[in-house]
Order: sequence, then structure tokens, then C-alpha cells
Amino acid sequence: MSSIFTISILQSAIELGFIYSLVVLALFISFSILNIADLSTDGCFTLGCAVAASLTLAGHPILALFGALGAGVLSGFVTSFLQTRLGVESILAGIIVNTGLYTINIAVMGFSSNLNLFKCDSIFTMARDFIQENMGEGAFDALVTGGWYRLILVALLVVVIGILLSLFLGTRLGLSIRATGDNAAMVKASSINPKHTITVGLCVSGAMTALSGGILAQYQKSCDINLGTGMVTIALASLIIGETLIGKGTMFRRILGVIFGSCLYRFIVAVAIRINVPAECLKLVSALIVAVAIAFPYLKKNAVFTKQKYIQMAKRRKGGVS
Amino acid sequence: MLELKDISKTFYPGTINEKKALIHLNVSLADGDFATIVGSNGAGKSTMFNAITGAFYVDEGEIILDGEDITFKQEHRRSLDIGHLFQDPQLGTAPHMTIEENMSLAYLRASNKTHGFFGRSRKKEKAMFQEQLALLNMGLEDRMKQPVGLLSGGQRQALTLLMATMVTPKLLLLDEHTAALDPATAEKVLELTKDIVEKRKITCLMVTHNMNQALELGNRTLMMDSGHVVFDVSGKERAVLTVEDLLGKFKENAGKQLDTDRILLS
Repeated sequence: MSSIFTISILQSAIELGFIYSLVVLALFISFSILNIADLSTDGCFTLGCAVAASLTLAGHPILALFGALGAGVLSGFVTSFLQTRLGVESILAGIIVNTGLYTINIAVMGFSSNLNLFKCDSIFTMARDFIQENMGEGAFDALVTGGWYRLILVALLVVVIGILLSLFLGTRLGLSIRATGDNAAMVKASSINPKHTITVGLCVSGAMTALSGGILAQYQKSCDINLGTGMVTIALASLIIGETLIGKGTMFRRILGVIFGSCLYRFIVAVAIRINVPAECLKLVSALIVAVAIAFPYLKKNAVFTKQKYIQMAKRRKGGVS
Repeated sequence: MLELKDISKTFYPGTINEKKALIHLNVSLADGDFATIVGSNGAGKSTMFNAITGAFYVDEGEIILDGEDITFKQEHRRSLDIGHLFQDPQLGTAPHMTIEENMSLAYLRASNKTHGFFGRSRKKEKAMFQEQLALLNMGLEDRMKQPVGLLSGGQRQALTLLMATMVTPKLLLLDEHTAALDPATAEKVLELTKDIVEKRKITCLMVTHNMNQALELGNRTLMMDSGHVVFDVSGKERAVLTVEDLLGKFKENAGKQLDTDRILLS
């Protein structure tokens, strides 16, 4: 394994896994909890990326992330407005917003299709400078030279957001959002306004998607208009990998599962790159991973059934039906 | 407590499927009244409940709850004051949320003046949930962390009843809430209903197809047919009424036999 795999590849796979896990958490809210197929993810991710990149270029790396967050809330709000107040089907609402966002994203990036942030300050350079100024040389060597500070920073961010999210889902509003996706009839009969809970849910989901895009912009020091393409499929794959492997349980465990799924997905992609899958085939590999991840639980169930059937049949034959 | 004044509702008006579900219906419930409702299929019992909860707005008439005109109040706003149980035990609880989460939700929603959007249920309240579950004698108090989807129909219905009455509602609507349960469980849930309603003096309407139940439970019986009340009995007159009398009264007032395909006479 070590011959195929260097520590730095693993490290960057997990870094990416953590960053993208915010999108997966967003889909966890819209897809798993609210039971809504929100297809605005691609556009929303790029929106966060574009807003954060523009603000980072202007020299405000921290404001950039909050800007991305805000833009995501707006995007989620528009999607939910279309669904709950204008009667547009949820899938259609997502597609409409996604399409509209393309123009908006280009506009945010100053009508160019990519931005370069190589010379700008970002949360990563800030963390590096912080370590350099406040910690000893040993710490600098350990954290910065090996590049670990990036991983620690994104992991910290994601863990904090994950904890906040799991706390939020236990509040009155959070429980209402979960009930909305779980039992529509119950929600009608209790004092929950589903329009309200869907709006809040999609705003939170949009915020996390865009924040993920924002962090990615600073992480890879660039932003491209096509960055978000296929994001919804990838996030869905990670979500299903996480839910299949870690399983269902408490909210906190499910959230951990989602983050784990995202990291595992990035790891699989890294392996694919490492064994020299040509770059142009990567989308196909992604699609395959998604298909396998989604089909796996079903196949597993079938296999169990077939095995049971086989054992029962064998027993019957042995019993000797005369 | 509850007053339905001259309410009417027609579904699919002007089409071949036109159905006059409620026709100038008048019902008035005093504080603490527990009325049972019997009537043939399509008599408008569930439609009346849906009119009260606000699943649709009535075409004509007024609905007044505790002195407040709620005729055009939105459904989710009304349900703060109204508990509603359905025949199907699946409808009242969220299957993928744990018992504790379901109860927290019901508690936090109903007591929304003291709990904001970000209110959470505390240890003390969770202990209270557990106490209430223990009263059911179903062993649910040890299964607080399990998803509700794993419970049986009777357990879910009992839980729904607890949730609907956790903060005493102004009005409790029971739409044949024991009809889908096996006899023993149905009996248990019914006992529990009686207990809670009597102890807390909740104003309650209960639809049933069991004629004995209709006379035994509560202090009043309403019979409905084609969108209005044909017979309303309470007090002494009700105390001496038998099932045969009730059927007779129905025939007398509605001009036809009570259809007996689902009616339980004994």
C-alpha cells in the first residue's frame, strides 16, 4: 500500500474530504432529513466559491467566508421560495435556481470565468502566519512544513460546524425540520408550518454548500465557473457511502458518518488517480463510485435473501421430501 | 368551548362528483364536554373534524373555539390548541425520530411561549416524558432512544395520545383512533383516553363505530347523517339509552337504517 500511497496524498485527500463534507452535510439536510431533491447544489457551490474568491481578492479573507455563507442562505431562500410560495416542484425549483446562478456567478467573478488568488491572504496563510509568529520553530516545522496546518484548520472548522448542526437539530426548530421530512401528515396535524421549516432547512443547506465552495476557493487559490459541475452527484455518493457504512443512529453519529463518507470518497478518487487513471476518465470513475455506493445496500440485501433461500432449499432437499 | 355555526362544505362544486359533505351543521360543545359521534360512512364525521382543524376552509358558517373565531385561521396555527388523532397510527408520529425526540417536539411546540426556536428540552423535561411513558405500562420508558418506527401500532397510538395531550389542548379530536388496533390494545388505549380526558377535563370529540362505546364513554352522543347532526343526546336521557334505542332514534330522525357494514353493535 505504501508504494502506491504516500502520506501527502492521503493528507490532501482528507483535506478535500473535510472541505467537501460541508456540501455533503448540506445534502444530508435537504435530501435525508427534508426528503427534498435539491439540485441547486452545483450552482450554489460555485456561488460560494465566486463570492469568497472576489472578497478574498479584495483582501478580506474572513469576511469572504461569511459572504459565501450569506450568498448560500440567499440561494437556499430563493429555491425554497419557489417551492413553498410559488408552487414549483422541488426538483424544478433547484434546476431553475441552478441555471440562474450560472449568470450570477459569472457576474460575481467580474464576468470572467476564473479568478486567481495566488498572491492573496486566505485563512490558510493567516493560520500559517499565526503559527509562525506565536509558536516556536519546532511547531512551525511540525505543522507548516509538513502541511498539517491546513488539515487541522479544515478539520476544526468542519467539526465545529458538525457539532453546531447536531445541536441545532435537537432544538424545537431543528426537530420541526426533521419531522417535516419524516411525516407530512403529522406535521399538518401539529402546529408546524411546513413552508417555514422547508425554508429554514434549505437556507441552512445552501449556507453550508456555499461555505464549502468558499473554503475550497481559498484552499486551491483559484475559482472556476465550472467548479461546481457534478457536485450534487459527488455529494450524494459521499452521503450514501457514509450512511451505508456508519449506518443510522443518533444525529451526531449520522453527521460523523457523513463526514467520514466524504473523506472516504476523496480517498477512493485519490487511489484512482494514483493508479494512473487518465484525468479525462475521472468523471466516469466518479459516476461508477456513485452507482456502486447507491447500489451496494440493495445488492447486500438481495445477497442476504438469496443466501437464506439457498440454505432453506438445501435443508428441504436434505429433509428428503419423498 | 367549541361552536360550529351553520357550517357548510361542498367538495368539487359544479362537477359530476359534487359532494355536499356538510350541510348547515350546528354543533355546540360546553367546556369539558366529551361527546361521542356515530354515523354511517360518508355522514361527514371526518369532514367535520377536518373543518375544525383547518385542513380546508368551510364555504359558509363560523367556527368558534374558546371565544375566538378561527374560521379562517391557518391550520398550523389552530393546531396549537387542537389535538387530533387519526385511525392510522402511522400518522401521528415521526418514524425515524426517537421516542424522546417525538415527545420533545410535541412538548416544545405546544409550550411555544416559553420555548423559542432554539429551545431544547432539558433533563427535567426528559424525566417527565419518561414518567408519562411509564404510566402507559407498555415498557416504552426504557426505549426512549429508539426510533418510533419500531413500535407497534398500539404503542404508537398511545404515544400520539400522550403527545397530543402533553400540554392540555383546548379541544381533542379522536377520529376512530382505536379502530385499527387489536381488541386488547384498543381497550388499553381507550382506557388511557378516558383517563386523560377525565383527569384534565379536556373538551373532546370522538368518532366511533362501536355503539356500546358511543353510549358508555363521555357525557354526550351525537349521531350524524349526510352532513348534519340527526340526534343529540346527553344527561339522564342518555343514561338509560340502549343500543337498540339509539338505532331506533337514528331511523326515526334520519329516515333510514344506520348502515351496519362497519358498525359494531355489541
